Amino acid sequence: MTELNHKMVEQYRNDFLKEVEANVEEGDWVKMCMQCGVCSGSCPFGPDWEHPPQEIFMMIRAGKRDEVLRSESMWMCTSCYNCIVRCPRELPITHIMHGLANYAHRLGIAPKMNPTRRFAKIFWDNIAKNGRVNELDLSVKLYFMDGFKKGVKRAIEMSTVGLGMLKTGRLNPFGLVAHRGCKDKKGIQKMLKKARELEDRRRGLATRGA
Amino acid sequence: MSEVKLGTYICRGCGIGDRLDTAALSVVAQKEGKAQLVREHDFLCSADGVATIRQSLEGGEVNQVVIAACSRRSKTEAFNFENVTVARANLREQVIWTQPDTPEARELTQEMAADYIRMACAEVKKMHVPAASANAGTNKRVLVVGGGVSGMTSALEAAKAGYEVLLVEKTGALGGWTAKLYKRIPFREPYADPVETPVHELIAAIGKEPRIKVFLNSTTTRTSGSPGQFSVDITAESGNTMTENVGAIVMASGFSLYDANKLPHLGYGKSPDVVDQAGLEALALKAAADGARIRRPSDGREVKNVVFVQCAGQRDASGEHLTYCSGYCCNASIKQAMYFKDANRDIDTNIIYTDLRTPGNGEDFYRSAQKKGVSFTKGRVKAVESAGGSLTVRFHDLILNDERATVTGVDLVVLATGQIPNSGMNIELKAEPEKADDGHGPSVEVPVPVPPKAASVLNLTYRQGPDLPQLKYGFTDSHFICFPYETRRSGIYATGPVRRPMDLVQAVEDATGAALKAIQAVENASLGRALHPRSGDLSFPSFRREGCTQCKRCTVECPFGAIDEDEQRYPVFNEGRCRRCGTCMGACPVRVISFENYSVDTVGAQIKAVDVPDEFSEKPRLLLLACENDAYPALDMAGMNRLQSSAFVRTIPVRCLGSVNTIWITDALNSGYDGVMLMGCKHGDDYQCHFVKGSELADYRMSKIDDTLKGLNLEPERVRTYEVAITDIARVPQLINDYAEKIKEIGMNPFKGF
Repeated sequence: MTELNHKMVEQYRNDFLKEVEANVEEGDWVKMCMQCGVCSGSCPFGPDWEHPPQEIFMMIRAGKRDEVLRSESMWMCTSCYNCIVRCPRELPITHIMHGLANYAHRLGIAPKMNPTRRFAKIFWDNIAKNGRVNELDLSVKLYFMDGFKKGVKRAIEMSTVGLGMLKTGRLNPFGLVAHRGCKDKKGIQKMLKKARELEDRRRGLATRGA
Repeated sequence: MSEVKLGTYICRGCGIGDRLDTAALSVVAQKEGKAQLVREHDFLCSADGVATIRQSLEGGEVNQVVIAACSRRSKTEAFNFENVTVARANLREQVIWTQPDTPEARELTQEMAADYIRMACAEVKKMHVPAASANAGTNKRVLVVGGGVSGMTSALEAAKAGYEVLLVEKTGALGGWTAKLYKRIPFREPYADPVETPVHELIAAIGKEPRIKVFLNSTTTRTSGSPGQFSVDITAESGNTMTENVGAIVMASGFSLYDANKLPHLGYGKSPDVVDQAGLEALALKAAADGARIRRPSDGREVKNVVFVQCAGQRDASGEHLTYCSGYCCNASIKQAMYFKDANRDIDTNIIYTDLRTPGNGEDFYRSAQKKGVSFTKGRVKAVESAGGSLTVRFHDLILNDERATVTGVDLVVLATGQIPNSGMNIELKAEPEKADDGHGPSVEVPVPVPPKAASVLNLTYRQGPDLPQLKYGFTDSHFICFPYETRRSGIYATGPVRRPMDLVQAVEDATGAALKAIQAVENASLGRALHPRSGDLSFPSFRREGCTQCKRCTVECPFGAIDEDEQRYPVFNEGRCRRCGTCMGACPVRVISFENYSVDTVGAQIKAVDVPDEFSEKPRLLLLACENDAYPALDMAGMNRLQSSAFVRTIPVRCLGSVNTIWITDALNSGYDGVMLMGCKHGDDYQCHFVKGSELADYRMSKIDDTLKGLNLEPERVRTYEVAITDIARVPQLINDYAEKIKEIGMNPFKGF
């Protein structure tokens, strides 16, 4: 953890809100929330969130930096876009949730064992490497992320789906050894590197690894 | 009128001729109604039909007219005859349209129609043509009390319409609260930033207006008279008094801020850095004058962190402070937060609210504030503490449900305390009142003025007290649904925050409305006609002095303070103040009060004219006394919708349920009616009665009638009171039918045939 992560934030002052506005995708919308709660009520996972979006917005304004960034809540978002469609203030809530999750991850204070975070990481590493998703590699890594035993169990549970994908040619049975990736892997990687540099510069951060 | 010559005109149009035997009705009119002339016509409201009536009027064959056709609410222009009394038998809406068109129903429908003809013939004989009041006041000047934005707007609007205005202001300058504002909430597109107040423009406009005479440092120390002829003493601070005559009065005495000293838990009085909204405006004005930023009162440091506490001493469930919402303070705090944000975006501005209420276009203004970075926190502030040169605000965060939420390092706290009306004395507050309960109505309470909490504004010489009656929380009573500017004192119009809490935009609109009402009042008064809501009515109440027992009931029950007393304690009717509702007539235990065309007799005669079949006929008779403002139109509309109701009901419209004299009820039951229904408007704090207290008084009187019924060995269910709104079109026939069923259960009235 860096110095930044221990930053003291005054309660109910605008410090953390300003930090969010500067660093989080669509973060400058947070101040526009009018606390109606329609987003929380519309979320299909609403009852399962520790802090539904409405609360997250209030916590940001209240300066609860640690609680927000270490929260599992934003990682619950499934991008169904119900909240965006319904928000009377037209806040891009889904994007803000992803933005917050991403910011917490970049700071390295996102909850380590959060399954969504881990899946996202596996997915990103997979696609960034070859410029194209390696389905078999992705499935294997995902199933076995909690150990061998659980991995086997999951693989058996999903076997019919896997066979179906094989039959329709959606899954390369030799993917682990013979994945082709896209034509210009190098080019893709260069592109991603450049994009990250630009983004970090925009946010005024030193370039860090993912 | 020398000789009664009654003409009855029966219409056969709109299906009346098909459904009813009009020839038989003619016989009823002639034999029982004693009509000298009976005419049937196929289309009475046509030019030819009306000409038939006119001919017999002009030829002197007839001097009283009964029109047996549609409702008295229809074709009023066609059947408008001057200097002759007219009664209407409602054969269309409330007979043929409420009864099924079947051969079996024909007999009952015919009986109903015959009764309405008998009733109309009986009524018209008791009516007289009203003459305008001889005491018409012709003064058309308007007095405006209060020189704030409401008062100035009223004065300008009345002057622009060509009326002379006297504008009385207690302080040494016009402008009121608005003059103390740095800026106002925006009132036009784009509703984004605070804008200049209209005070200077208004003051300049008044200065240029020759029709407006301004009295500064002055108060109204005595007000007497009635619309068109008020006499007002205007007393200057020096003690000089001038007596002026005016035709109408607009009371725009405004509001005071709720006293923040009552909120020590919010730090007011403990730290100079806790101010109310007016306090912040003063700081902002000073800063603007100095060309500087807003500074803390305690040490003059620039404010860097400010917290606004909404609902400070408002919407208080405990009842210790104001229980209501003043409606303007959320927008005002948003505006004040912008004073800071517009000067320096880095100043922390936090508005702590329980519910943010931004009426008008405040939603856009709210959004603009959010864009500027004003923080909004939903919470309930518990305490403001002062320590170490800064303030700490402790509150319950209602979104995070954090009871121990705090903001520290606060430089300035602004309390949104809300408006309390400057409505003068509460004339209904009495120390121990003398009671004279004679069982006829609410106990007669003689107001013994309590030491006034507030000085009177108008100092009326009315018997009922020196100020306008109040409804709730000290705001002046007004019919907020239909007639918001009307107070319970005719010709006196309350406007602005003295009527209800409001902001500048609403106050300007309100003041314009009040000015127009004042103009209407002086114009109607000069013609000796009634004001709202029976606008144009020429009838007025008179009383038979020999019969009066000086019981004071009429003076107490008149909702409009129209009746004073003379030295011998006889009532003195101020016709200009009278709204012609007849509440006095309903109140009078000895029945000496009447209008020319509406009296105990006009209704009593109708009740007696109905043919009541004997006990064994299985034909009960139900009397329905219906308020002509809401219930009667609802009944008509039920007919228009062909909603069927019992053929046993006989409806008589009354001016207001307040005019129902209990003698009508006892007469009806004595003459064999099986039940009496009364339909009036909703009463209570959210009353809809056009005459404010009429339906409430009627309800009270009827609750007293139970004992009388028991004395007669009659069931209390034989008299029922209903609250009916004009929109209760489907409910009204249902009420009638349910009641008819009920009467069937109870059985027939044993007094039939006596």
